[in-house]
Amino acid sequence: MLLTSLYNYWVVIALMMIGLYMVLAQGNLIKKIIGLNIFQTSVFIFYISVGKVNGGNAPILAHGETIYSNPLPHVLILTAIVVGIATTSLALALVIRIKRAYGSVEERDIQAEDRPC
Amino acid sequence: MDLLLDLALLSLLLLTAVSIAWTRDMFAAAMLTGIYGLLSASFFMTMGAVDVAFTEAAVGAGISPLLILATLALCGRNQKADPPRAMLALCLVGAVGALLIAATLDMPAFGDPGAPAHIHVAPHYIGESFAEIGIPNVVTSVLASYRAFDTLGEVVVIFTAGLGVLSLLLALREQQHPIRALSAPHPQHLVLRLVAKVLIPPILIYALYVQFHGEYGPGGGFQAGVIFAVGFILYALVFGLDAVKRVAGHGVVQFLAALGVLIYGSVGLLGMATGKNFLDYSALAADPVSGQHLGIIVIELGVGITVAAVMMLVFYLFSEQLQRGLEDGSGKELTSGRAG
Repeated sequence: MLLTSLYNYWVVIALMMIGLYMVLAQGNLIKKIIGLNIFQTSVFIFYISVGKVNGGNAPILAHGETIYSNPLPHVLILTAIVVGIATTSLALALVIRIKRAYGSVEERDIQAEDRPC
Repeated sequence: MDLLLDLALLSLLLLTAVSIAWTRDMFAAAMLTGIYGLLSASFFMTMGAVDVAFTEAAVGAGISPLLILATLALCGRNQKADPPRAMLALCLVGAVGALLIAATLDMPAFGDPGAPAHIHVAPHYIGESFAEIGIPNVVTSVLASYRAFDTLGEVVVIFTAGLGVLSLLLALREQQHPIRALSAPHPQHLVLRLVAKVLIPPILIYALYVQFHGEYGPGGGFQAGVIFAVGFILYALVFGLDAVKRVAGHGVVQFLAALGVLIYGSVGLLGMATGKNFLDYSALAADPVSGQHLGIIVIELGVGITVAAVMMLVFYLFSEQLQRGLEDGSGKELTSGRAG
């Protein structure tokens, strides 16, 4: 029972850690941004899982239905997804500028170039 | 059955995330991101979060991989290995993960109706929103009325991010030249052109339906804006950026991005002008419930316009970069990637 009642949260944590690992360990800036996206999606999944009610319908009121999922996390995540893609595109634009300035998107190359000779 | 579906989707998500982290080929990683987005959209669907699933399907499986691909074409598709840091990061991530898992043991069980999250404001939203707002989609009521101020902030963030991309990439734009690359016309791809021609009108009509039917079914400005932009982006991908720019040029898109925020903010100020609170929709009509209706329709329109315009603007800027990158010769990676 413990497994089924907490499985969602464990998957969320696993996804979050994969995202964190990519941000920490991988030197490629685009890979870091993909990692941040996975991290972000894990938070979305967490919120939506918290909002789920057993036997609940989608929160659109209808006759004869009394149990609905919690609409509040849906609102928060719905807007967060669109804000997320807007900020991701900003990050990718920064990467393009970095590539133009340094000729590389690998963290080590960039740091090597920045080091005073 | 529901549980089984839930377990299967989450396991697939986990598998996809591991392969994204594992692969050194960035092109594969970008394509896997699309699968990841589609899987999470399906998961949201099984959780009853229909509005969220909509948005994630358009953003996670459509726009996000496309922007990553455009960036890859400019920055190269191969990633260098970095072993010493990998071990250190693995230890750190393992420790943090273990602590978080220990913390979940105190969480309420999944789907428990008595969980703290469900006994705060949610019963009010579900029980009273029809009497107070008069529309059946509770998500739209909360988004556009109860939390309208919050949503205004989010629209401004999207607008600001669009401005940021504009200022970062516009400086690199040179004088007008024919634009091809990512959005080169594909005269030889007859099937693509035909399919796109058949698909684009329904996509745009569907976006309008999602926009204006968002009070009664799943939908609203955020979803509609993204779907609308996807229609234009598809057109640009198949028929070339120039063709789309004849319909909606840079100036038009930038103007629309600002217009949406302006519409939203003006509705708020209208409330203040009549001596009520900011974003108080009862200022819009004599009857408070029809005021709510009108207010929600207008601000959702503002949201839709800004979201669609910012998404299109970002796509324009990225594909113009790509054109310039190919002229410089730094876009070799894409061409070799296509051949391989």
